[in-house]
Amino acid sequence: MTDIPAKASVASASSGSVLLTLMKARTFIALIAVLIFFSIAAPNFLSAANLILMSKHVALNAFLAMGMTFVIITGGIDLSVGSIVGLCGMVAGYLVLNGIDLQVGYTIYFNVFEIALITLAVGILIGAVNGLLITRLNVAPFIATLGVLYVARGLALLSSDGRTFPNLVGKPDLGTTGFGFLGAGRLLGLPVSIWILVVVALGAAYLAKYTPLGRHIFAVGGNERAARISGVRVNMVKMFVYMFSGFCAAIVGLIISSELMASHPATGESFELNAIAAAVLGGTSMSGGRGTIGGTIVGAFVIGILSDGLVMMGVSSFWQMVIKGLVIIVAVVVDQAQRRLQSRVTLMQMAKAG
Amino acid sequence: MIAAADHDVILKLEDVSKVYSGTVAVKRANFEVRKGAVNVLVGENGAGKSTLMKIIAGVEQPTLGRILLEGEEVSFSSSGDAVKRGIGMVFQELNLFGNLTVAENIFATREITNRFRKIDSRKQERRAAEFLERLEAGIRPDMLVEDLRIGQQQLVEIAKAVSLDARILIMDEPTSALSAAEVEILFKVIADLKARGVAIVYISHRLGELIRIGDYITVLRDGRITGQEKMKNVDTQWIVRQMIGSDAKDFAKADGHVPGDEIFRAEDICLPRVTGGLAVDHVSLSLRAGEILGIYGLMGAGRSELFDCIMGRHGHATGTIFIAGKKVKERDTTRRIRRGLALIPEDRQREGLVSILSVATNLTLASLSRFVRLFHIRSAKENQAVAQMVRELAIKVADPAQEVSSLSGGNQQKVVIGKALLTGPKVLLMDEPSRGIDVGAKADVFRTMRKLSRDGLGILFATSDLDEVMALSDRIAVMSNGKLTGMFDRAEATEAALVAASALGHGPVPHTENTAHD
Repeated sequence: MTDIPAKASVASASSGSVLLTLMKARTFIALIAVLIFFSIAAPNFLSAANLILMSKHVALNAFLAMGMTFVIITGGIDLSVGSIVGLCGMVAGYLVLNGIDLQVGYTIYFNVFEIALITLAVGILIGAVNGLLITRLNVAPFIATLGVLYVARGLALLSSDGRTFPNLVGKPDLGTTGFGFLGAGRLLGLPVSIWILVVVALGAAYLAKYTPLGRHIFAVGGNERAARISGVRVNMVKMFVYMFSGFCAAIVGLIISSELMASHPATGESFELNAIAAAVLGGTSMSGGRGTIGGTIVGAFVIGILSDGLVMMGVSSFWQMVIKGLVIIVAVVVDQAQRRLQSRVTLMQMAKAG
Repeated sequence: MIAAADHDVILKLEDVSKVYSGTVAVKRANFEVRKGAVNVLVGENGAGKSTLMKIIAGVEQPTLGRILLEGEEVSFSSSGDAVKRGIGMVFQELNLFGNLTVAENIFATREITNRFRKIDSRKQERRAAEFLERLEAGIRPDMLVEDLRIGQQQLVEIAKAVSLDARILIMDEPTSALSAAEVEILFKVIADLKARGVAIVYISHRLGELIRIGDYITVLRDGRITGQEKMKNVDTQWIVRQMIGSDAKDFAKADGHVPGDEIFRAEDICLPRVTGGLAVDHVSLSLRAGEILGIYGLMGAGRSELFDCIMGRHGHATGTIFIAGKKVKERDTTRRIRRGLALIPEDRQREGLVSILSVATNLTLASLSRFVRLFHIRSAKENQAVAQMVRELAIKVADPAQEVSSLSGGNQQKVVIGKALLTGPKVLLMDEPSRGIDVGAKADVFRTMRKLSRDGLGILFATSDLDEVMALSDRIAVMSNGKLTGMFDRAEATEAALVAASALGHGPVPHTENTAHD
């Protein structure tokens, strides 16, 4: 490092990599940007109450987006999550209100914990149906989950004939009280749903990075044939990602009905699109093989804060849609630019080194 | 015929460099292409031949340096630019649209249209037929490309390039999928083009071919040009010396160890073909520990299919296999790998590697359970295994976290082999392990095979290269049309006997059409 040209080349290469680092952290920067923008533009934006409220909104999308991330990494897509949210909400609501009639004069009522487990099982089961359609019957993921989207939504509407299950307070003598805890309860000052998000997100991130299943998810998305020959159980991996996606959707269904203390069969319509948007914004590649849980969570926060902030500023919901769409497009454009720049920086460094 | 010295230089590369992520592919190359002559370019895989050609054809832009076409500096921003200046290229990877017809492929982007801008299919097909006729391939212009076998697709690719009426025609390994008869036809076409003053740049790994048809030869090594000569002044030894820097490494010699007990046996393996008949036809064979059993056969003889059956990739295959005398009841790939089988597939890109993942991830993909406690991958153990494999197989990689696609072909193949070895196999199935890799990497692969057999592995390896099968095998099996048609000890095997056996599967009636196909 004695001669001047060498120093100059190092400097220029590192300026390239500064830009590169900025682009890599783009979702994070976008997050900080929207935070700063709204804290100036919208009064009360930075108040603790508002931040907690927003993160509760974000959490819902973040759950779905995490499930979606794994699915997209394997090269698939799950359009049915919004309907699973709706159906699982109805399942929970029905169980709180009606229990299960055994047709012999007895009706079983479950406590809230059991109801939550049953609802999660329903979500996982619908995910398994998606997975079976895709792995056993070779239906394209887009079509399989589109079909399930309609079926699940239809079942949700049928379950109550389109009506809402109101007032899910439960009866103390049946042991069905306390359903509101998930949506409205707090632990150490934070909403329960945030805690659940933290646990699920840490679990998912760990799974992606440190377990064979996580590796296999990336391998299947990168090259399914090679993964199969390497002994990866491709069908099992795919089953898992759709079941995990269903699981995440069931959590959201539970939280929403618990928050509202009511189950509405139309809950969750078009949630799948927000989930896909968050995953893509977080750097998940639609062609499979690339993506991170952390990126997806940040992506969900950007989208959530953007829409809540715009609401607080009084921007019309029509404009909100336009803005959200633009943000997603810009994110993908920057993603492409980053890939190109990244390769160019490496090339320059290599050309100079050798 | 003009004297060789009088061939004019039509295209000149001056000090051209090209850098990709991970590698400097071409370093300060000076290369001349002469009119009316076959300019041969040769070098190991990853030496930069294809890159150099892509620069000439406008597919890639040089990072540094100048291109002079008839003395005038040019820069091509796309292959379309190069085509406009009369430069055509037959790519190593087939660049065809399987869902379109042969004629549509030949005239893709240059469609012949009538007055109303409608594509004139009939005229296209007539013109296409003329080009195909010269290649004597028996390909109809209205056939879909995906219905052609790979050799025929290659001929379509060549017809497409010829139809450009190029002044400079680049052929990147045009014969890799052709039968001997088809190669002869191609050479006739090349001679014809040469006589019309076309400059041909010809890349191949087959040295015999190069010496036969080349007029000038340029040798590349590690992105640098190491030799430029008239073909009549050189011999094979010279070429190999320029390519690998020293005299030819021979096939790794047998070390005389005696194979042990039977480690693998296949009995009566059958695989039905979609179109009827059997792709693998009642094949039985046995392999001893420490033995290398070569399976020789032409393309489509059923070798890869046999391997697929052994690995459990076809649910509807029948037959039984035994490992160390015990019957293998498991029918799926995952559990067969656990029983000690491992496959190195023929097609690295499609079946061997997950190209967007790192070298390390690819290496351990098949053997993750070795590094796992409960469900946690222990990185330290994994990294240790990766480092060991990189060292043992001499994989040239700066950092195992690098994407595997940034490696050269030979090093990618070593990663595939390393992945198989990390599963701790007893029986290794290698399908064309030396395909598309350079002389140096080939020697490495062969040495590794010898070492593994010494360590007691049973190796089944399929190849269509006679020299290879003769040099490496302890025994040689021959397959033809799905059947096992010969089994020779090395001592008694002759090339003639192998070739004769490789045609036996087609029965007493000679099917001229089918011999190369099935």
